[in-house]
Amino acid sequence: MREDLGLYDYRPWDERLPIRWPNGARLALWVAPNIEFYELEPPANPQRKAWPRPIPDIQGYGTRDYGNRVGHMRMMELLDTYGVRGSISLSVALCEHHPEIIDLCAERNWEFFSHGIYNTRYVYGMDEDQERSVIEDSVRTIAKHTGQQCAGYLAPALTHTERTLDLFSEAGGLYTCDLFHDDQPTPVKVRSGKPFVSVPYSLELNDTIVYVVNRVEPRRYGEMIRQAFDRLYREGEQGGTVMCVPLHAYQVAHPHRMRAFEDALAYVTGHSDVWVTTAREIAKYYVEHYYDQAVARWGAA
Amino acid sequence: MPLDPDYLKYPHRRYGMDHDRYEWSMLARRKPVTWPGGARVALWVNLAVQFFPLNQSGRPFRPPGGMSTPYPDLRHFTLRDYGNRVGLYRCLEALDAAAITPTFSVNAAIAEKYPQLLDRLNRSGNEILASSWHMDTLHHGELPRYEEEELVQRSLETLRAAVDAPVVGWLSPGRSQSGNTPDLLAAAGIRYMGDWINDELPYPFATDYGELIALPLSLELDDQFIIQNNLHSEWEYADQVKDACDYLLAEAESTGQGRLLALSVHPWLMGQPHRIAALESLLRHISGKSGIWSAPARDIVAAWERQRV
Repeated sequence: MREDLGLYDYRPWDERLPIRWPNGARLALWVAPNIEFYELEPPANPQRKAWPRPIPDIQGYGTRDYGNRVGHMRMMELLDTYGVRGSISLSVALCEHHPEIIDLCAERNWEFFSHGIYNTRYVYGMDEDQERSVIEDSVRTIAKHTGQQCAGYLAPALTHTERTLDLFSEAGGLYTCDLFHDDQPTPVKVRSGKPFVSVPYSLELNDTIVYVVNRVEPRRYGEMIRQAFDRLYREGEQGGTVMCVPLHAYQVAHPHRMRAFEDALAYVTGHSDVWVTTAREIAKYYVEHYYDQAVARWGAA
Repeated sequence: MPLDPDYLKYPHRRYGMDHDRYEWSMLARRKPVTWPGGARVALWVNLAVQFFPLNQSGRPFRPPGGMSTPYPDLRHFTLRDYGNRVGLYRCLEALDAAAITPTFSVNAAIAEKYPQLLDRLNRSGNEILASSWHMDTLHHGELPRYEEEELVQRSLETLRAAVDAPVVGWLSPGRSQSGNTPDLLAAAGIRYMGDWINDELPYPFATDYGELIALPLSLELDDQFIIQNNLHSEWEYADQVKDACDYLLAEAESTGQGRLLALSVHPWLMGQPHRIAALESLLRHISGKSGIWSAPARDIVAAWERQRV
């Protein structure tokens, strides 16, 4: 184990890049629906239990299955209403289990990126070849079912090894959502030496963290989103910021939570100078316009 | 050393579910369900009539709401028993005032401990769902099948002997099941169960002894989940239920598909004097809406069954 993986260099916020997003936007907004498949009877991982109760944990399983059966359509139609294309953090086995959901998202030109095979399979304990095979499987599966080249990664159930980002870059990846250290994209050092960036993914605004870990009230979640937006929008005048709202249909799409979320979404998409986009587009734009400048100033690659 | 190579095998990676209990199906794409009288939302209010034993085993986990201090935990024992003595009657009055029909899920131990209470529920003609023996007889994956079979049979025999109407619905303590539970329930004459929370309408569920119907009892809208697990106030809980009611009514209107509002209420919780007004408020809100059909679980299941192809 190492004290710090040294994935990025220190950069103080008051010296951030004066980023301007397309059309002079000061804030890039992306919404990340996590579309996940949890297994009823996953194999045991030596370092992490998949379910708190003995298998079959029908409460945990049913909670997640609800997202695909009931919640997905609600969440998707709400994003349609506000002109948001989702950037999907995908348990890629869902391409096989629930292709109807994949088709609905593909029709809308949403972005698909890898969130592992299943959210009940963890990389803890894998050697390099094993983890590479999981990453390559996920890239291959997305290409096969959606025609998209997978550009981004959010590790399954946020399980990592020291090599995760190196391996994803080698598999053709461009960005990671696994790092929560900044409100702007930053270069990430990977052994391939290829450009690779972190696109901010707010774990603090992730509905599962909000509702399950922090046990927040639905209307308070709406306020949190508005308050985060107000601050990032204001600061974006000095240097473009990124705001991400990570969602799970099994959390946000319950009937007692939709209205409060809709109010917040209407608010943030109702402003000018907001680039409503996907993570891949943010990563590409940053690499094309700001990556070299950032590396020259703070080092990376 | 790498992980066991089997960890990278995915034997159930295929179309549909990773088990054979039910079909994969998106709610929005099903044939629309309609409710009697043209109602848009069916309302199932389930009152939990529970016994939490003082000598709780806590295996394989502490039942939600169970004893939590060293024996004898009179504190939690009596707080829960309050529901059977006081809270339930307050809830009944609130339901009556709103003209809402409840359903009761009852631990069979209640029949032995408080026969007067069960008599009263029986005489009201309201539906009674079986809820195992008591809150510490959890159905779970480590329970031997023969023990669970005996538990199901003993619970059903006891309740059926005390209740005139057929007892054909089931709710497991802690919403926990083993892999055998659905088979054992179907074999014992149960027709529907509320344990699976993956849907918002009834759906067919396969067992070795014929089909069951899953009638999902929302956990996210359960009073205990919101107030005790999430630590929200009773008024916040009332707002969430009202928001859910309004949302489902609007969705049913815009899609032409009937919806189900399934509320799990614990009399030991909402029947406290400082909380009952919040329950009254949300019940008034719901009953003040047009398009709500309040019915016992059996009628909701029957209405759904009549529309199956």
